[in-house]
Amino acid sequence: MLEALLMYLKVIFVGGTICMLAQLIVIRTKITPARILVIFLMVGAILGGFGLYNYVVDWAGAGATLPIIGFGNALANGAISAAKTDGFFGALSGGLIATSAGIAISIGFSYLVSFFVSSRTKKD
Amino acid sequence: MIDKQARNEEYIAYVEKKSPKAGWAISLFHAFLMGATICCLGQMFSDIIRSFFPMLDLLTLGSWINVIVITLTILLTAFGCFDRIAKFGGAGTFIPISGFANSIASCAIEFKKEGLVFGVGAKMFYVAGPVLVNGVAYSLIVGIVYFIIGLL
Amino acid sequence: MKKLGKQTYELSKPISIIAGYGLVGRKEGEGPLKNYFDDIENDDKMGEKTFEKAERKMFYKATSAVIRSAELSKEDIDLYVGGDLMNQLVSSNYVAENLQLPFLGLYNACATMTESFIVGSTFLETGGPSNVLCATGSHFSAAERQYRYPLEFGNQRQSYAQWTVTGVGASVISTKQKSSVRITKFAIGRVTDFGITDIANMGAAMAPAAMETLSTFFEETNTNQEDYDLIATGDLGKLGSDILKDLMAEKGYDLETNYIDCGHMIFNIDQDTMQGGSGAGCSASVFNSYILKKLQTGEFKKVLLISTGALMSTTTNQQGDSIPCIAHLVMFEGGVQC
Repeated sequence: MLEALLMYLKVIFVGGTICMLAQLIVIRTKITPARILVIFLMVGAILGGFGLYNYVVDWAGAGATLPIIGFGNALANGAISAAKTDGFFGALSGGLIATSAGIAISIGFSYLVSFFVSSRTKKD
Repeated sequence: MIDKQARNEEYIAYVEKKSPKAGWAISLFHAFLMGATICCLGQMFSDIIRSFFPMLDLLTLGSWINVIVITLTILLTAFGCFDRIAKFGGAGTFIPISGFANSIASCAIEFKKEGLVFGVGAKMFYVAGPVLVNGVAYSLIVGIVYFIIGLL
Repeated sequence: MKKLGKQTYELSKPISIIAGYGLVGRKEGEGPLKNYFDDIENDDKMGEKTFEKAERKMFYKATSAVIRSAELSKEDIDLYVGGDLMNQLVSSNYVAENLQLPFLGLYNACATMTESFIVGSTFLETGGPSNVLCATGSHFSAAERQYRYPLEFGNQRQSYAQWTVTGVGASVISTKQKSSVRITKFAIGRVTDFGITDIANMGAAMAPAAMETLSTFFEETNTNQEDYDLIATGDLGKLGSDILKDLMAEKGYDLETNYIDCGHMIFNIDQDTMQGGSGAGCSASVFNSYILKKLQTGEFKKVLLISTGALMSTTTNQQGDSIPCIAHLVMFEGGVQC
């Protein structure tokens, strides 16, 4: 029980801190959210490329995988492990295969939803 | 011409000072809170799934969490509540995968009026495109570098 | 028409505003000026399928209402001038097609209302046309999807951002009929660029343009702020109007007492629009309802309206260019004996 509680504290700490860091960049600089996403993704890919981010994932679970850094890490990890097993072809396909479920559900479900919903004016 | 540049620099510095900065500490707190909440939800789903399928490997488990969070985000976007949540959470909502999902869903909904081909099809990645393009490019680089290192 | 200086002209014919009509959306209709607007449209889509069609419908409604309230028919209008924020001025183009009037489309972003007054009154001064319809407007959702992000996209607005006004303002100006409100002078703005590149900080980008036009007008007419009952800028917002006050103070003009900003006053603080309203419909709807009504009653005798426009495009902005801005000034006199 205590272990589970500790895990959630770690998730809160890592997930919250990453988001707070991004918010700090939004406030303090003129970098737009889209650019921050790309920067964080790049950080994830670099950390993943060196195999460093997996330690964070082991330590903090969803707190590390859900932020976009985790997405970058998954792309890099996928490419690395597929390159080891399938050679050059794996190096090309590995990243997308590792993240394909998330991308496919985003596209497919958004497509479906767009048949039923129209955008509404923001109230505030 | 140099005169104009000096004037502009002076004006930009003045505007910077004049622009309101209030409330930045509270927005950091909101971002922390929202990010932590989304990640905790993800951890909760992961714990639940793991209790049913204890043999699931970490990668698949991670994919499952992503799929669940993405689905929830798109549903919230479709019901029109996600922009409210994001207004509160800021980076706390767009840094987790929910931001990626919301940007795709909101574009799909917004541009359906331009038709399925040039609207939904072409503009779905209006905001999320950079993330996907850069992500795939980085994974290619990493993969090819590892492949070459493996050859040596 | 008399040239008073490089930018300022004085009209010699009495050019009257015989009718004005301000139509706004729901959010604006909940603001402090709700009792002044001629009509408040609660449905943001106005029963149409798209926001672009809704903007068009607002234009139809405002233009036909203003012609009616001028007690004219469509055939009496000789010229229609105006514009909007949509690419290629589509809203105005469709309205012009519907009205079947001779049409000149104008674009100066949010300064289009004063630009329309300037072009319209210059035509009237020539003695050619005798009734001119001026109409300008914008729609929050249509502008948002063209210039920024999808509506359901979750992002936080910066504390210095502004909110595009959903609204259309239309007026009929005439030399044939007389009314108590006249256009007497105007100053054509110069494009001013002080190097601001942040697209969210429109107020700061546009304030120097307003300062240039206003101070030039004061110099060329040998007047100062005390000679006017009201000085109104279009859509600088709270931050922009504070900057304008500072800039004008540097030039020796004190704007503390009789200065307002249409964008600042159209929304309440608690409506969460950050610095206030912006957009072509902002100064158009506020002028044609609030200011025009007070000119008609004679509460204001001399009013300066300085609409400010930011002339960037999304392309130049993404390429990192700064925002060129313009401000046109029109002087109105109210409570004139017919």
